Amino acid sequence: MSEMIQAPRRGGVEALGDLTSRGPARKRRAIIERAIQAVLFACAAISILTTFGIVATLLGETIQFLRQVSIVEFLTGTRWTPLFASKHFGVLPLVNGTIAVAFVAMVVALPVGILTAIFLSEYAPTRFRSVLKPILEVLAGIPTVVYGYFALLFITPILREIFPQTGIFNVASAGIVMGFMILPMMASISEDALRAVPSGLREGAYALGATKYQTVTRVVVPGALSGILAAVILSISRAIGETMIVAIAAGLQPKMGFNLLQSMETMTAYIVQVSLGDTPQDTIEFQTIFAVGTLLFLMTFVMNVVSDWLVRRFREAYE
Amino acid sequence: MITLGETGTRFHTIYRRVVGRGFATATLTATLLGVVMLAVLMFDVFRDGAHEVDGDFLTSYPSRFPEKSGLRSALLGTAWMLGLTAAMAFPIGVGAAIYMEEYAPNNWLTRVIQINIANLAGVPSVVYGLLGLGVFVRAMELGRSVLAGSMTMSLLILPLIIVASREAIRAVPDSLREASLALGASRWQMVSRTVLPSAMPGILTGTILALSRAIGETAPLITIGALTYIAFDPQGPMDLFTVLPIQIFNWVSLPQKEFHSLAAGGIVVLLVVLLLSNSVAILIRNRFERRRY
Amino acid sequence: MIGLQIGKTVFRAPESERPEAPEEIILSTRNLSFWYGEKQALDGISMEIPVRQVTAIIGPSGCGKSTYLRCFNRMNELIPGSNLDGSVEYRGRDINDGRVDPVSIRRQIGMVFQKPNPFPKSIYDNIVFGAKVNGMSADMDELVETSLRKAALWDEVKNDLKQSGLALSGGQQQRLCIARALAVEPEVILMDEPCSALDPIATTRIEDLIRTLRETYTIVIVTHNMQQAARVSDKTAFFTVGESGGGELVEFDETHRLFTTPSDPRTEAYITGRFG
Repeated sequence: MSEMIQAPRRGGVEALGDLTSRGPARKRRAIIERAIQAVLFACAAISILTTFGIVATLLGETIQFLRQVSIVEFLTGTRWTPLFASKHFGVLPLVNGTIAVAFVAMVVALPVGILTAIFLSEYAPTRFRSVLKPILEVLAGIPTVVYGYFALLFITPILREIFPQTGIFNVASAGIVMGFMILPMMASISEDALRAVPSGLREGAYALGATKYQTVTRVVVPGALSGILAAVILSISRAIGETMIVAIAAGLQPKMGFNLLQSMETMTAYIVQVSLGDTPQDTIEFQTIFAVGTLLFLMTFVMNVVSDWLVRRFREAYE
Repeated sequence: MITLGETGTRFHTIYRRVVGRGFATATLTATLLGVVMLAVLMFDVFRDGAHEVDGDFLTSYPSRFPEKSGLRSALLGTAWMLGLTAAMAFPIGVGAAIYMEEYAPNNWLTRVIQINIANLAGVPSVVYGLLGLGVFVRAMELGRSVLAGSMTMSLLILPLIIVASREAIRAVPDSLREASLALGASRWQMVSRTVLPSAMPGILTGTILALSRAIGETAPLITIGALTYIAFDPQGPMDLFTVLPIQIFNWVSLPQKEFHSLAAGGIVVLLVVLLLSNSVAILIRNRFERRRY
Repeated sequence: MIGLQIGKTVFRAPESERPEAPEEIILSTRNLSFWYGEKQALDGISMEIPVRQVTAIIGPSGCGKSTYLRCFNRMNELIPGSNLDGSVEYRGRDINDGRVDPVSIRRQIGMVFQKPNPFPKSIYDNIVFGAKVNGMSADMDELVETSLRKAALWDEVKNDLKQSGLALSGGQQQRLCIARALAVEPEVILMDEPCSALDPIATTRIEDLIRTLRETYTIVIVTHNMQQAARVSDKTAFFTVGESGGGELVEFDETHRLFTTPSDPRTEAYITGRFG
């Protein structure tokens, strides 16, 4: 066997010169390596540019807008009629509509989502769970325009059967459907939080003679509370930013009040409404969508940051 | 002998059992509620729209007359948008993921990028539309073109591609990285010949799922001014365009019942397209999982 | 002749034909210390490794023997927060010198890892990987055959070169990894507990292979198995955990001497099983 092994060709003193990155071939490769690294960094940096672009675009137009409308009127006014002859720029009706829809969505998503999470994490046999989870995920993957269709042409007629005073466009149907859209996210983050509760706590409760129901409601759910709270906040943020369902089913009338069976306009629906029209650029009407967009961005941003902080807190608590 | 239930506690035991059963049933019911809702939605849409879907429906332009209307321009627009978006978002997203996993030093800039990507994933899609309107449509003067739409959509799905690709790259065992470095591979040789081939199925799965999201997105494209009524084929990246969900939105918004039925037909097509793309993603993932040992 | 029995292994001192003349030194460290962040892993290790011999490094777990091995091909620098002090020389040249390219070091100092880590590619592609990344313009078919022959794997796989490297048994995978390292034509092969994941029969085959390869290559092998060190190595170094928490070199000598007449009581305690 040993005769077929020849001494390595290189090695010895020759090897020494090879160690540095000099020499044309190595030098070229070093340059290529650097170029590749620079390109990859540029790819990652695009995300920074995106954020920068969002902030710059929104602020640029919003500042233009605020030159003509006082920020006090914008944030506290209760009439929103920028597209009419008599213009009022109080954004509160849009905020009101947004909150109303998000409220209905959470009335659906909060209990259903938490109960689903409890079922998946505490009660469901593994097999059952592995079938149910992907099915629920499908709910999150359905395009929102489909939900809009479903709200307007399936849920609204049912609501009108039950409550004849219901408008063709109404907050309730948009909110109910939106609740099911955000349900998977609500359920999945809550489930993560429930699962993060150490089994030692459950065993401790059982050992004291608690029933499963008592263990779940008095030990597991309280232990997962910050994670569930994070899910709630993220779900609200998602509901506030959702556009097509409300644009199709909730109507385009900026209104104050809380009559859920009537039409209201959300911030997102207003942006769509203006975009669909022929509003000329560099007019105040055009600038309003950026002002509304800025408000929307800030609201969702704050909620996302808070929920992220809560998620990290519950992860740290048990790790 | 110890008696396990005197009269006082027997009622209590039964009560506890009833409450426990009731609660378990409630959690099961809630879970099934989501499933039932999905089934009802599917049933409703297919009942309303399945009969609309035929050859004419797929190959006709939209029209004022419902019986002549079709999805041709919307399908072509979606194809254009999808192709351009994939061509931009895939390399940039994977590049960013490689940078974050294999190159990024542990410093403040890296952390900023990381937090930034997480935050971008939570920005409402309509805000991306405003960004596209301000930057691509106006500042870069691309107009309401399919290119402007695709660039907007690329930025929207980049966080999804980056997160999925990073996970796939992270799942490649370090032993393979060490093996290639120990053989004298440079960093990029290690990445391109060892890490990427192993991570590619996961990256592709994530990318297809992200593109599925792009297929269904409507709001950002409406915001940048994609049209709702197009009766010609887009020929190039600078052409005006519409996409499937916008066409559906347009039909839903019209008062006539006939157009609602067309909308349902469009939804059936949209859902089938999504089903196909998701199946491809699942297929890739399964193949990959089988190949691992 | 001195004989020593460790377990079932009878260790014999090498025949006197082994050169007692001054050895040619290929790798050396001077006062080498190493830290992972705050944690010290090596404490002031000075050692000279002779060319074309098998040098074994033994010691209890946590004594830094793997860390030490990985200093020779600069694999440790991939770990963020790691820190090195002292010098590592390859043929008198400081390999941590800023001008030295770690890639070219790794080409001349190959490595075999604890767990067999073939690429999820064919056997053929596993072997030619190193040649390709190094831009070698050899006849690839020939390279595959000679490398597999050197690693004593050729006869077992010559008909399935297109088969995945992962389809081989653990022992075959490890020999494939050795063949893959040999294909780059290194001068030194570092082996980090190469048999720890293998069964006894596969281990025997690897050990036979190491004895054959010693004719041509310098081998540094880390092992937790004293019998293995005794069976395959010419020289043995014994590391232990020092007061700093980092690994220290206790004794470095001819293998037969270290196992029969250790000069340090700690070595004696370890090899007779009273410690570690």
